[in-house]
Amino acid sequence: MAVRVKIPTILRTHVGGSPEVQGEGGTVRDLLQDLERRYPGITGRILTDEGRLHRFVNLYVNDEDVRYLGSLETQVIEGDTVSILPAVAGG
Amino acid sequence: MTGFGGFTEEQVLRYSRHIILPKIGAAGQRKLLEARVLCVGAGGLGSPVAMYLAAAGVGTLGIVDFDKVDLTNLQRQLLHDTDDVGRPKVDSAAERLNGINPDVNVVKHDTVLSSDNAFDILGQYDVVVDGSDNFPVRYLVNDATQMLGKPLVYGSIFQFDGQASVFMPGQETPCYRCLFPEPPPPGTVPSCAEGGVFGVLPGIIGSIQAVEAIKLITGVGAPLVGRLLLFDALEMDFTTVKLRWDPDCPVCGKHPTVTELIDYDRFCGLAPGEVPLEAEHGVSTSTSAEA
Repeated sequence: MAVRVKIPTILRTHVGGSPEVQGEGGTVRDLLQDLERRYPGITGRILTDEGRLHRFVNLYVNDEDVRYLGSLETQVIEGDTVSILPAVAGG
Repeated sequence: MTGFGGFTEEQVLRYSRHIILPKIGAAGQRKLLEARVLCVGAGGLGSPVAMYLAAAGVGTLGIVDFDKVDLTNLQRQLLHDTDDVGRPKVDSAAERLNGINPDVNVVKHDTVLSSDNAFDILGQYDVVVDGSDNFPVRYLVNDATQMLGKPLVYGSIFQFDGQASVFMPGQETPCYRCLFPEPPPPGTVPSCAEGGVFGVLPGIIGSIQAVEAIKLITGVGAPLVGRLLLFDALEMDFTTVKLRWDPDCPVCGKHPTVTELIDYDRFCGLAPGEVPLEAEHGVSTSTSAEA
């Protein structure tokens, strides 16, 4: 099932500069594994070594933070949009 | 010289487009003239924030920044002119703001914002607008506004992407720590000096912050509370996502564990006196910053 994944500028070097990519998977975790297979290194900016979400990166399924859904086990379906939001501090 | 409703004749003309505007009106303009707003940082975000708030007639506008104007700032920091390079930013900012509107009392805080002075400085204002450029100051300003019970208008930028939100204290609504409970480790987020920043980007996000500050002061509209606005300049995409209050938040949660200001450099993994990599202009909590 194809899910749209919006890539923030800071991570676009991992995906050849694309603002969004398509990913496959039934859960957020599957989706990230699919991204990692195709874009090695990208999940290092999203997940800890233990495989948990970094506390300075948020993932949204549509407009909802996955921390308030099922975290990495949150289900995604075709047509969903997953947004990756890293903390940035520039001003 | 008296005009109408306690305004001078000049004020009636200067603010006429607000005074005739439904929802703002004379009452809203009066609130603006009586408002006290602090801009943390006189850089990319602080420039449009302060300039629009000055033009709108915000009565007292505080600027906290200890940095000096650098040639690399001028691509986006509209408060400062080429001739201002080397001058304290608060000085060039005050001149620009009073040039726009001499009604405005600009208060210059040419100092390092720290856990020692944050309550004294922020406590003088009704609304705080965060235009800082590094994580220690962002957590400091968040925690201090929550503890003081002041609304905080948040904005942050990197390269072509921006974020904005409004954090209200004491209403079971989210704060910056609910958004990002912990800062990224030092060195993992490139600075604008390293990664670059699209010059107009802070103009967009800072203008949104100015909108939210004016809405808070006048009480009109729906503030950007519990929502996070995301802007992608390259794709020209505005998205709003939900920002939820975390009942376990150490600052704004049900049982706060951080009840006084802490050492924010240490919280962000920095050694004492170390300048955050992302800091590019002068509102670092550290004692020196590269411009």
